Amino acid sequence: MALSGLLLVGFLLGHLAGNLLVFKGRQAMNDYAEFLKNSPELLWTARIGLLLIFAVHLLTGIRLQLVSRGARPVAYHKKGHLVSSSASRSMLLTGAVVLVYLLFHLAHFTLGLVSPEDFQLTEQVIRDGVASSRPDVYGMMLAGFQHDWLVALYVLGMILLGMHLSHGIASLFQSLGIRHARYTPMIEISAKILAWLLAAGFIMVPLSLRSGLLEAA
Amino acid sequence: MRLKLHVWRQRGPADAGQMVSYDMPDVSPDMSFLEMLDVLNERLTLEGEEPIAFDHDCREGICGACGLVINGIAHGPTRGTTTCQLHMRSFKDGDEIWIEPWRARAFPVIKDLVVDRKSFDRVIESGGFISVNTGSAPEANILSVAKDSADQAFEYAACIGCGACVAACKNASAMLFVGAKVSHLASLPQGRVEAGRRARAMVSAMDAEGFGSCTNQFECEAVCPKDISVRAIAKMNREYLRAGLLESES
Ligand code: HEM
Ligand code: FES
Repeated sequence: MALSGLLLVGFLLGHLAGNLLVFKGRQAMNDYAEFLKNSPELLWTARIGLLLIFAVHLLTGIRLQLVSRGARPVAYHKKGHLVSSSASRSMLLTGAVVLVYLLFHLAHFTLGLVSPEDFQLTEQVIRDGVASSRPDVYGMMLAGFQHDWLVALYVLGMILLGMHLSHGIASLFQSLGIRHARYTPMIEISAKILAWLLAAGFIMVPLSLRSGLLEAA
Repeated sequence: MRLKLHVWRQRGPADAGQMVSYDMPDVSPDMSFLEMLDVLNERLTLEGEEPIAFDHDCREGICGACGLVINGIAHGPTRGTTTCQLHMRSFKDGDEIWIEPWRARAFPVIKDLVVDRKSFDRVIESGGFISVNTGSAPEANILSVAKDSADQAFEYAACIGCGACVAACKNASAMLFVGAKVSHLASLPQGRVEAGRRARAMVSAMDAEGFGSCTNQFECEAVCPKDISVRAIAKMNREYLRAGLLESES
């Protein structure tokens, strides 16, 4: 659970770095996309690795919840809690929503099922005097995020991811046995900040594309 | 003060059980919580009803026998206290109080508010000891123990095995109890030798008893009458990982 969570956070950092290229402009984004497309070994290693990590995370998470549910067959009439965060109490829910979000996200930008027109967009580039065309990922994102409902969906998905991580990142340190009077308070605060920075970073992309901020710049 | 109690009544392990309400018209704020139940039980006995069964022994917060979930919180509203050390001054006139037993598969109800905690004993039997010949007490200065380690071991050794950590955990996990035992012995040179084997044996025994898995919400630490820190759990996780990675099966 902890290791798969940690690896997924690592993936998120990489993915966010890629996404933030939209702020460098159409060319940077499309260069990056073309680079990925032209390195199938890298792309497929990452894809298969991710799939495996997600599978481990999902299976261990579900097993954890099943074991825990079985461990208290009769519930309390009056439920109480003193210190646990609402994020920590809703990990299965936030995780499940993130999963649904992910499936939609893959259908949208990886498989091009949601709006096939945008998925076909290409950009003409001239290299060494030779014109060629390549997928216009920037244009696809720009066109995709002109629908308010889509933007809302992405923002919602990322807020729930932020919640999931606001418990998850700090939690994984404790699971791995890393706890120290001096460092733990720092770890807990940094983990929360990282969680919400990640969410905010992802949210910035659809919001700036929708609001026209990026195009204006 | 006047209180209304809702108490879990269950005739025996096989009975389905239910919440039953009782009016308490005249409770003194100086009573302990258990004394209030004693008063109710006297009344029930006079009325020819079965008194409410609940566990208790020392009534001074040191034995670990007592334990009730009061308004959803194990050992009730005051921190760092056992149920027997909770007093009615912590409640207000007119309050309604829900009283339930520890709820966990590994703690089946025997009767009313009494649960069977033998699962804890079996976890202890699996590794909560050090393998030495007993006899006369050893010379105290033969083994030196650093002050920090002694203090840590002492903090963990304060666990009275009441089970509040399990009762308070959303997952009915026993990690704080087992963590305290594993970390207590692993902090001292006498227990260090078997630390890895102990961590593994006790974790397996804990899982086999049907306790849930820890999700680091720390409700256990908040209700622990001895204020044992979740550092104990982190230390157990370290011992367990270290044993899994570095030690061969034995
Ligand atoms: C990018 C996506 C995700 C990331 C970065 C992530 C990260 C994490 C992290 C770091 C933890 C804490 C591990 C620990 O304390 O040992 C965790 C726990 C968990 N995750 Fe995820 N997760 C993601 C997606 C999902 C999905 C799709 C599910 C599906 C249901 C899920 C379900 C869970 C569950 C059930 C837990 C257990 C935690 C608990 O109850 O405390 N996660 N996750
Ligand atoms: S009765 Fe001994 S601790 Fe409460």
